[in-house]
Amino acid sequence: MIAVLLIWIPVISGLACFFLPKGNAARLFALFSSVVILLVSVLGLTVFNDPVYLQKKYEWLPVLGSTFFVKLDGIGQVLTLLTAVAFPIIFVSTWNHEYKNASRFFALMLLTQAGLMGVFVAMDALLFYFFWELALIPAYFLCSIWGGERRIPVTFKFFIYTFIGSLLMLVAIIYIYNGTSVKSFDISAFYSVVFSSNTQGWLFWLFFVAFAIKMPVFPFHTWQPDTYEQSPTAVTMVLSGLMVKMGLYGLIRWLLPVVPVGVNNWAVSVSFLAVIGIVYASLIALKQNDLKRLVAYSSIAHMGLMVLAVFSNKEAGMQGAVMQMFNHGINIIGLWIVVELIEQQFGTRKMSELGGIAQKAPALAILFVVVALANIALPLTNGFVGEFLMFNGIFTSGAYDGMYTLFGRWQFNTSSLSLIFTVLAGVGIILSAVYMLNAIQKVLYGDTVQRTAMTTDIKGNEKMILGVIVCIILFLGVYPQPLLDLPKEAIESVLKEADISHLLKK
Amino acid sequence: MNALLLSAVMGVVMMFSSFLLKMKVAQRNVAIGGMLAILLVNVLEGWWGVHFFSFNTKGLLYFDHFSLFFTTIVFGCTFLFFLLSAKDMENVGVSYAEYFALVFFILCGISLVSSFRSLLLLFLGIEIISIPLYILTGSDKRNLKGNEASLKYFLMGAFSTGLMLMGITLLYGASGTFHTVGMLTEPGKEQPLAMAGLMLLMFSMSFKVSAAPFHFWTPDVYDGAPTVFTSFMATIVKAAGFMAFIRLFYDAFYLVQSWWQLIAAVMVALTLLIGNITAVFQQSVKRMLAYSSIAQAGFMMIAVMALNESAFEGLMLYAAAYCMATIGLFAVLVKMKDQSFEGFNGLAKEQPVLAAACAVFLMSLAGIPLTAGFLAKFYMLKAAVETGRYLWLVILAVLMAAVSVYYYFRVIQAMYFKEGTGLLIGFASPAYKWILSILAVLIILLGIFPNLLLNWFYF
Repeated sequence: MIAVLLIWIPVISGLACFFLPKGNAARLFALFSSVVILLVSVLGLTVFNDPVYLQKKYEWLPVLGSTFFVKLDGIGQVLTLLTAVAFPIIFVSTWNHEYKNASRFFALMLLTQAGLMGVFVAMDALLFYFFWELALIPAYFLCSIWGGERRIPVTFKFFIYTFIGSLLMLVAIIYIYNGTSVKSFDISAFYSVVFSSNTQGWLFWLFFVAFAIKMPVFPFHTWQPDTYEQSPTAVTMVLSGLMVKMGLYGLIRWLLPVVPVGVNNWAVSVSFLAVIGIVYASLIALKQNDLKRLVAYSSIAHMGLMVLAVFSNKEAGMQGAVMQMFNHGINIIGLWIVVELIEQQFGTRKMSELGGIAQKAPALAILFVVVALANIALPLTNGFVGEFLMFNGIFTSGAYDGMYTLFGRWQFNTSSLSLIFTVLAGVGIILSAVYMLNAIQKVLYGDTVQRTAMTTDIKGNEKMILGVIVCIILFLGVYPQPLLDLPKEAIESVLKEADISHLLKK
Repeated sequence: MNALLLSAVMGVVMMFSSFLLKMKVAQRNVAIGGMLAILLVNVLEGWWGVHFFSFNTKGLLYFDHFSLFFTTIVFGCTFLFFLLSAKDMENVGVSYAEYFALVFFILCGISLVSSFRSLLLLFLGIEIISIPLYILTGSDKRNLKGNEASLKYFLMGAFSTGLMLMGITLLYGASGTFHTVGMLTEPGKEQPLAMAGLMLLMFSMSFKVSAAPFHFWTPDVYDGAPTVFTSFMATIVKAAGFMAFIRLFYDAFYLVQSWWQLIAAVMVALTLLIGNITAVFQQSVKRMLAYSSIAQAGFMMIAVMALNESAFEGLMLYAAAYCMATIGLFAVLVKMKDQSFEGFNGLAKEQPVLAAACAVFLMSLAGIPLTAGFLAKFYMLKAAVETGRYLWLVILAVLMAAVSVYYYFRVIQAMYFKEGTGLLIGFASPAYKWILSILAVLIILLGIFPNLLLNWFYF
């Protein structure tokens, strides 16, 4: 019931929002709807935390073997909670932004939320694919209508790139469906199907390319910085805070348990891509002058670390990744709010044109610094908990061991790959400290320039929203246990499905 | 049988009404009424077994459930076509009622070609479809492009019919009969005569449905014909062509699939590649739709290649989705002043209902989930995967589907994101807008509940 409500409330309110008159009614209605969804999500966590309420199965396409099967387990609850929390924050933080045709804007945002919720709760492969695409369409319209100057070609590239990935995933889904014994798209049927190692290999890649384009993972990341820069800030918050989690969630739910042998074979290659992405994106972030692009590249680096942790095949790594999905969502939204505030007040996002804001805007400075430190994963912030767990998983992982043959000639015994990956990822963290502190230094401290001479501090509701985010950061940094307990059972079952140690020769 | 005879009768009725009824409105109403009657008698025959006429065809024709269901879809789409575009046919030339007569004769041919059991009747049906089409293509006599298109179509069509006759003769020589069911049964034995006949038939059918490498006539003919008739040709005739194609190959050549399946797969790949890639470079929406119809034909041909249960269901869903979306698109295109991509700029502000309906049609053609087009493509991919052999074709098909998104979404971008004045010639009546909206809603409904259509197949 809860899962069904989480999808249907945003759909209905989104469609209704199209018909609202212009003006503030749409804004209020969207905020109200997102708060209702937050309530439903919290109820699902507390009062109605019972499988009876959390799942629902409807008949949909019996001729195809597909049902409308939605279920909230631990991992799903973390992510739907993130989505439910993020949308009110996004709406309140962009409250004063004027949009033309505001009712359509908020309607599309609510429909995006519906698509996101659907992805996180779908337990039927065809339904999962439906929602995966459906989250994309409103985002396409949002970016193309309300975006920046180069929005049309940039969004088009984003759409087609993501669409190609999704279609490749569709081929894999159909192939696996064809291999199930009862011809069903149900997730349990997908978990129980068995393919040969070679088949699993290219099924792995078909799925992984789709998820890699979404997250994005190097080298499929070229659409991301432009799209984040050109889209309106509220949409960027949705894209970077929530949509990238779709990719990582897909890895955990639909890749690891379904093609475990393929994962085992290709884990090292993918981990290399992830590590290269971390270092590469961090290095590029160092050179950025535009705050939005800096945050975009920083996001690629963070997602790279999470991919690395997911493929570590260790419970600590997975727990860290799932928790970090929530943390990264909150932190990055906080960062985007700060960027938006700076852009609104000073009309520029270039760090070279800013400086000395902290003198006149201490509240903004404090809150910005805390969010940035959370991004760097300083202890006492939520980012630290996630990263520590992830590093633990990567360092102690046995997934990278084995004999590897490069180009058919050179043989490697890779017992020390986990060390190499940990070190390189650590370099990424250090670099993130460099570019974040550099950004803070340039923007907040130093001498004021002409543009920032008449700074005013942030207002009440902006302070409140950033305050809420900072509170979450500090609370989870000190007491993360509830968020770790929530997905524990689900993670254990995923790891069990992905476990192929009984197949490997001793 | 009902629809076969009634459509021929209606053709004659329309010919008489061209001089008996003076008012164009009256002629149009007779045509629409006749179309509705044909649809109804077809449904009556299909579901309640009501035969108004029947005579012994000595096994040459067989109206089984598949053929009646498919022709119902085709006649339903023709009815929608009449509702939307019949008024625009007035602008083509003077012989208004004769155009309707020709369309009815084509429908008669479609009825034949969906239920044949003898190769001779396949030939007859194809010719009955093609000859009125040659006339309709050139019906705007003062347009040079139309004359060229008509002549091109006639010459190439006659050539391909010649190929078909040659193939039929060779198959008669190899099997001793014109009866299609179970014509070739021994895949092991090498039969050059039968193989040659089969190939010739495949090539000539591919010509009719514009599959590569026999598609070269399509862009010029579709572009030169009056837009209303292009709409009819690109959708209904193509669907009927596929009906004949799959019927022929399932009845006659199912057991010898190993002879021709690879060639069919290669043709599918070629069609998808050529259709999609050339469509990307088009500057006129009409020509883009012509090439896109080649690309869609590529997808439909997957059903002919696979010949399993998903293929049949998929072909019906695909025919319905494709016909509805393209008829709707052409119905809007015919009213546009400027038929290039720039002409659609800013249509969303001027005509929000038309733009929204067009967006749904384009998304269905591109294969976006929630539309019937997605489920249709899905069924085709499923059919291809179920053969167990042509995985490379499946991956190529999805990559080409991604390419197709580019040129379909160009129109959406022009309508919604670009500034301009999307001008229409004439105006869009409320009835027209209602029908377009119903069409769009139907496509979305079928996209979520394809059972609505497919359950009738199993009825």
